[in-house]
Amino acid sequence: MSVTINIKNLVKTYEKVEALKGTSLQVKPNELFGFIGPDGAGKTTLFRILTSLLLADSGTVTIDQWDVVKDYKKIRKITGYMPGRFSLYMDLTVEENLQFYARLFGTSIKQNYDLIEDVYEQIAPFKHRRAGALSGGMKQKLALSCALIHKPRLLILDEPTTGVDAVSRKEFWELLKKMQKKQMTILVSTPYMDEAALCDRVALMQSGKILSLDTPQQIVDDFKGNLLSVKTQNMYPLLKDLSAFEEGIQVYRFGDTLHLVSHYSPEKTKSDLTEYMTGKGYKDISIEPVTPVIEDCFLALMNNTTDA
Amino acid sequence: MNKREKIIEVHDLVKRFGKFEANKHLTFDVNRGEIFGFLGANGAGKTTAIRILCGLSKPTSGSVRVAGIDVNKNPEAVKKRIGYMSQSFSLYNDLTVKENFRFYGGVYGLSNKEIRERTAFFLDKLKMASFENMLLSKIPLGWKQKLAFSVADIHRPDIIFLDEPTGGVDPITRRQFWEMIYEASDNGTTVFVTTHYMDEAEYCERVSIMSEGEIKALGTPHDLKEDYKVDNMNDVFLRIARNVE
Repeated sequence: MSVTINIKNLVKTYEKVEALKGTSLQVKPNELFGFIGPDGAGKTTLFRILTSLLLADSGTVTIDQWDVVKDYKKIRKITGYMPGRFSLYMDLTVEENLQFYARLFGTSIKQNYDLIEDVYEQIAPFKHRRAGALSGGMKQKLALSCALIHKPRLLILDEPTTGVDAVSRKEFWELLKKMQKKQMTILVSTPYMDEAALCDRVALMQSGKILSLDTPQQIVDDFKGNLLSVKTQNMYPLLKDLSAFEEGIQVYRFGDTLHLVSHYSPEKTKSDLTEYMTGKGYKDISIEPVTPVIEDCFLALMNNTTDA
Repeated sequence: MNKREKIIEVHDLVKRFGKFEANKHLTFDVNRGEIFGFLGANGAGKTTAIRILCGLSKPTSGSVRVAGIDVNKNPEAVKKRIGYMSQSFSLYNDLTVKENFRFYGGVYGLSNKEIRERTAFFLDKLKMASFENMLLSKIPLGWKQKLAFSVADIHRPDIIFLDEPTGGVDPITRRQFWEMIYEASDNGTTVFVTTHYMDEAEYCERVSIMSEGEIKALGTPHDLKEDYKVDNMNDVFLRIARNVE
């Protein structure tokens, strides 16, 4: 039912900007695969090539046995695509938009209702409202319903949670997990690092390159060095002081703490740092080893790229 | 700089669109130099309130003073005292870096000399002097956002409103952007910021969380986490804003 994707050496250049610099990867059937990275990472370019909306300069993509260029008609039938910008008809109602997309693919709402039920029931009370008058969260659910209505085997979602509040983001990911059970391969891109943990595998991307590709757990396990979380009474001058601390490779704000990466053992760094901070007059010092999250890994990988 | 001086005073603000009440009796103050996080779910009424604070929309009732000026009576005077940037509307892509400064300097009535000085000051600070004649469309997003923040500060406003300034920005640049916010705050500029990144809520001195047109919580991140007995602002937010729309 769900598809395998094979991407080989994909290059795409816009004028002087290399949006994709030789991207290769495979996605397994029924996988929920995340592309994590900031704007300009190449996520949208990759998705537009996968959906046959854009031609690569070189490289190939196959989805099952189909080639995205030669067999684009086949690909379009089995793919559901939710672009980053809301692209439904603002002057049609919720229900009319859904009917339109169902008919476009030669099906009906009734025929595939079981697939969209979980999403659509949340916006059904507003089915007579024009799409233009919906809130951000509801628009996103309508767009997902429309992308699903022809029972695609491959679902591609380009930044579905950008600009969406923390509550709606959480609900959206709960929906995606349900969708995955319905035998689809799902590709999703996001600039929110915390969403990586919800994917089966992720590619961390930056400026057209894949920095790392693995399960979220493995990416965290591969984190080089020891991570310490530092807290004290007076946080404001601490960043500057910790940047001058010799054992720290990288120091940055993380929520209400600072994170410090060290190549020495956590015990040694903790005792040296406590002495260093006490010497600077800090009080109520708390230094604890912590497990990195994907954002820590991304920052470390970015740091390596800048050094090279 | 007197930190306790109130730069924004909102009392019993109500805004209705027909029967729909977008802002329901909002009352809050913001101090000079404070970094104030204005959080809420999509559709909670944040944008409506910000438009009123910026003098772009009139309250149905209630009083709103920004930089000591009554927004209802003198919205034009308010606009001169504030700076504004958002992710969607920031700078002009078909102007160069320098031209963008020049344009906004002109809009705010700065003299040519002042515009030159302020432009040089910011470009030097951002280490971007060699890019001054580059079209904005050629500048990477993260840098654009730092430029946009500087442009919003060109006329030395009392308050800078930042509407999701770091959306889609990489994690390093996001942190550099916050360093700029701290610096502005240190110089006495009030920063009023909205964000969907809950770790950034931790960086604010105080935050308010809106839901269904009301401010449901207001305080320092530390106090809010204690009140709701959770470890981080994301959980505070989920507690307050869940099951709404």
